[in-house]
Amino acid sequence: MSSTAGRLVTSRSELDLDHPNLEDYLPSGSSINEPRGKLSLRDLLDISPTLTEAAGAIVDDSFTRCFKSNPPEPWNWNIYLFPLWCFGVVVRYCLLFPLRVVTLAFGWIIFLSLFIPVNALLKGQDRLRKKIERVLVEMICSFFVASWTGVVKYHGPRPSIRPKQVYVANHTSMIDFIVLEQMTAFAVIMQKHPGWVGLLQSTILESVGCIWFNRSEAKDREIVARKLRDHVQGTDNNPLLIFPEGTCVNNNYTVMFKKGAFELDCTVCPIAIKYNKIFVDAFWNSRKQSFTMHLLQLMTSWAVVCEVWYLEPQTLRPGETGIEFAERVRDMISLRAGLKKVPWDGYLKYSRPSSKHSERKQQSFAESILARLEEK
Amino acid sequence: MGNTSSMLTQYDIEEVQSHCHELFEQQEILSLYQRFCQLDRNAKGFISADEFLSVPEFAMNPLSQRLLKMVDGLNFKDFVAFLSAFSAKASLRQKVQLIFKVYDSDCNGKVSFKDIMEVLRDLSGSFMSDEQREEVLRQVLKESGYTSDSFLTVEDFVKIFGSCKPEMDVEIPVD
Repeated sequence: MSSTAGRLVTSRSELDLDHPNLEDYLPSGSSINEPRGKLSLRDLLDISPTLTEAAGAIVDDSFTRCFKSNPPEPWNWNIYLFPLWCFGVVVRYCLLFPLRVVTLAFGWIIFLSLFIPVNALLKGQDRLRKKIERVLVEMICSFFVASWTGVVKYHGPRPSIRPKQVYVANHTSMIDFIVLEQMTAFAVIMQKHPGWVGLLQSTILESVGCIWFNRSEAKDREIVARKLRDHVQGTDNNPLLIFPEGTCVNNNYTVMFKKGAFELDCTVCPIAIKYNKIFVDAFWNSRKQSFTMHLLQLMTSWAVVCEVWYLEPQTLRPGETGIEFAERVRDMISLRAGLKKVPWDGYLKYSRPSSKHSERKQQSFAESILARLEEK
Repeated sequence: MGNTSSMLTQYDIEEVQSHCHELFEQQEILSLYQRFCQLDRNAKGFISADEFLSVPEFAMNPLSQRLLKMVDGLNFKDFVAFLSAFSAKASLRQKVQLIFKVYDSDCNGKVSFKDIMEVLRDLSGSFMSDEQREEVLRQVLKESGYTSDSFLTVEDFVKIFGSCKPEMDVEIPVD
């Protein structure tokens, strides 16, 4: 989840810790690494493996594929279908869109006229106030979903309020949060946004107990980890929802899960979300459009169809590290939602890979050269 | 070709094909164009260094800075010409020529001892000392009949690589 990408910066701390063994996933057709007898001039000058890897990355790479919007195939290409499509456009923009805007406005009016008084008047009675606010937030989210004619199918047991549990889901757009929130009021951890979204975040979402983080701040990580731990210990807090990918991915792939959510010493309940691209692609490509434009695009399409699976809660197995746990849960979610896994850290959208990776390549090259030098 | 259009005409494709010595087929050129437009985020007609480095696999490559000097700011035609050395149809000479160009960073047609040392430094980083690199290079040069004062030309490179084509093929995904 982000607004525009800022300046790119090489971040050392976060990226180093979150994904080990990248090389296990990447093709390393490096023939120079296999010692093949005495070193000749040709062997030394032959940089073709490294060049091939670089050219391969230029031509196609699995990271960029995760953030590519896949537009639906245009079907309006012949003389019979084209008028039908035009008619559809007219219906969507001139009939459905105004209706939806009205519905949404109506929902906001009801929501605000109930939320503001409840928030002000019931300041003393926290339990009752929170309960009502929860219901109201669920209601406004239902209005949002209705405003895109959302067809959501939920599978699995509905989340309940219990301490020491955290929910994790794959991330495609900010609407993931709305789709899940209409069923259960979650507390979510989000990137603080500017604009009207930020305003909503600081007022309404504050009441369900949201936690903010700032991706660009280095120290932020520890503060956030502490806030997370405090939240899951509390018995009366809304269940916490975390998107461990840390960024929106195009719903065909999953990027690496950050281990933060898996080291809170509580049960992790995975949620898999899969959008059906039949009418619209729900992926929010934050590089290409603002959230407002994205919402408008959804509101002028026929429907947003998606499925949500609440999967079996998982706990850390004995001897399992946080990263292994995260990968195991990612396997479950990817399998359920039919997504392919890639070994990249989602934050590479905003910063460069650390030099650790190129250093590893340099090390293996140096070692093989020196080893071959020994052979006479 | 139009910097803003995202459709290539048949003329465009044929022009690009002839520029890259017919090493790519039409489908491959179309795929490369899609990729070019994907990397060139604001449709300027070329890919900037920053945009190349946003591909993590490329940024992690030890030779990325050298290659960046060669590909930064290329328009689509030259981009395809650069990649044509990686086509399976490229000849030994064409592949070796690219390798030569990577070494010959000052483009004076000669690769010196210093030039090779610099590439070796990129490839081995801090895991080999300068003395070790020099020793290795001197030794292999001597064995092939060169000295540390020799200047290697493209012809020398072709001779060194002999009849064995370097494995330098990249498949263009065509969907």
